[in-house]
Amino acid sequence: MITGNFEYHQPSSLPEAVALLSKLGDDARVIAGGHSLIPSMKLRLAMPEHLIDLQGIGELKNIQISGGEVRIGAMTTQAELIASEALYKSAPIIRETALQIADPQVRYMGTIGGNVANGDPGNDMPALMQCLDANFVLQGPDGERVVKAREFYEAAYFTARDDLEILSEIRFSECSGGFAYGKQKRKIGDYATAAAAVLLTKDGNNCSHASIALTNLADTPLYCEEASAMLQNGGVNDENIAAAVTSAMAQIEPVDDNRGPAEFKKHAASIVLASAIRDAWARA
Amino acid sequence: MSKQTITLNVNGKSVAAEAESRELLIHVLREQLEITGPHIGCETSHCGACTVDIDGMSVKSCTVFAVQAQGKEITTIEGLGNPDKLHVLQEKFREHHGLQCGYCTPGMITRAHRLLEENPNPTEEDVRFGIAGNLCRCTGYQNIVKAVLAAAEELKQGENVA
Ligand SMILES: Cc1cc2nc3c(=O)[nH]c(=O)nc-3n(C[C@H](O)[C@H](O)[C@H](O)COP(=O)(O)OP(=O)(O)OC[C@H]3O[C@@H](n4cnc5c(N)ncnc54)[C@H](O)[C@@H]3O)c2cc1C
Ligand code: FES
Ligand code: FES
Repeated sequence: MITGNFEYHQPSSLPEAVALLSKLGDDARVIAGGHSLIPSMKLRLAMPEHLIDLQGIGELKNIQISGGEVRIGAMTTQAELIASEALYKSAPIIRETALQIADPQVRYMGTIGGNVANGDPGNDMPALMQCLDANFVLQGPDGERVVKAREFYEAAYFTARDDLEILSEIRFSECSGGFAYGKQKRKIGDYATAAAAVLLTKDGNNCSHASIALTNLADTPLYCEEASAMLQNGGVNDENIAAAVTSAMAQIEPVDDNRGPAEFKKHAASIVLASAIRDAWARA
Repeated sequence: MSKQTITLNVNGKSVAAEAESRELLIHVLREQLEITGPHIGCETSHCGACTVDIDGMSVKSCTVFAVQAQGKEITTIEGLGNPDKLHVLQEKFREHHGLQCGYCTPGMITRAHRLLEENPNPTEEDVRFGIAGNLCRCTGYQNIVKAVLAAAEELKQGENVA
C-alpha cells in the first residue's frame, strides 16, 4: 500500500515548525510517530501535501516533574513513558495504560502527543488525560494557549486544536492514591472494546477524591462527572460502585462494529469499570 | 514529486538510496538496497514481519517513510548473523524448531534480539509480551518462546565465561 505523495519537512525547533505550518496551512500535517497517520494515509483517508516531521525537535521530548506538577513533551514515546521511573512514582497510571496500548513496536514509535491529538475514540490516552484532569498546551501563530483535556474532544477526529496549532506539552498534577486502567480488548495490539481509567484517593475509610473516564464507548472519550461524585465522601462499596456504573453507562453511546454489538459493549464496559473501581480502591 | 537522496547506515555500512518521500522504509530496503530479510506480511502495521532495529528500537518498517530514517542506524536480520556464523537466536530457533515456513522469522528474531538486549533475564511471560507485535501463522509460538528463552540462557553463560 502506497500513500499519496507529499513534500517532507524536518524543522529543528518548535517556532520553525509553527511558522512552517502557518505558511503551508490546510495542505500540511505534522507527523509524530506516524503510527496512526501513516496507516490512514495508506488508506487515503488522509492525503496531506506536506508532512512536517517533529522528530528533530528536542524540546518536545522530555518528562519534567517539579512542585507537584508533571509536564510531558508531546514527542515523548509510549516506550519512554513506560521506562521512566520518576513518572511511575508521580503517576503510575500512565505506565499501566501505556503497557496496554498496541504492541512493543508501536510503543517505540507512538507518542503521547500524537495519541491525544489524533482524536480517534479508540486511543487510550485521551480518557486517561480526562481522568487526570490534564491540560494540553497548544502553540499557534498567535502564541500559546492551554485547553483542558475535558474540553478538548468534540467528535471523532474533531478537537479544539486549530489546524495551525501544534500540541507541545501535556501538564497535570502528580497523583497519589489508588489507580487503575482496565481495558477489554480482543487480543494484544487491539484497540479497546471498552476501557476505563479510575483514580481514587483514600482518607481513612473515606474516598476524598474520585475521577472516572472511559475509552471507545462514544465518539469522544467520556469524563464521568456524576459517577465520580457518587464515589466521593464516603467509603467505596458494592452499593455506590453499582450506582456509579449505572450512571456512567447512561452516558455511553457505543455502536455496533467488528468488536461486537452495542449491547455487548455496554455489558463489557460495566464489568471493566466496576473492576477498575475495585482495583483502584484496593490500591488506595 | 522529485526523488531525494537518503543516506542510511544499514548493518554497519553507510548506504544511499534515491526515494520519493512517500516510499516506505521496507520498500527501499528490499527493492533498492536488496536487503530482503525483512518481509512484507500485511503492510498494515499488524504482523511484524517487516521488523527492523532503528537506533535501538524495534520498528515495523512498513510504517515508517524512508525519509524519516535519514541518518539512522538500521539493523536487519542480515546484520545479526549469516549462514556461516549464525547468531545464537538463529541457532536456537533451529534447535527448538522455532520456525516452519520461516516467513515471520526474520522479524521475530530481530525483535527478540532487541528484547534480550533490554532484558537479558526474561521470564516466559516477558518473552510472550515482548514479541506480541510479531505474528506467526505456523508454529503456535510455543517453540519460538522456547528458542528465545534458550538463547537468553546461552547468552548469559557466554557472558560468565568471558
Ligand atoms: C497495530 C496498531 C495498534 C494500535 N493500538 C493502539 C491502542 O491499543 N491504543 C491506542 O491508544 N493507540 C493504538 N495505536 C495507535 C498508536 O498508539 C499511535 O501511535 C498513536 O495513536 C498516534 O501517535 P503517533 O505519535 O504515532 O502520531 P501520528 O500518527 O504521527 O499522528 C496522529 C495524528 O495526530 C497529529 N499529531 C501528532 N502529533 C501532534 C502534535 N504534537 N500536535 C498536533 N498534532 C499532532 C498528526 O497530524 C495526525 O493527524 C495502534 C497503532 C497500531 C499501528
Ligand atoms: S508488513 Fe509491516 S507489520 Fe506487517
Ligand atoms: S513460521 Fe510460518 S509464519 Fe511463522
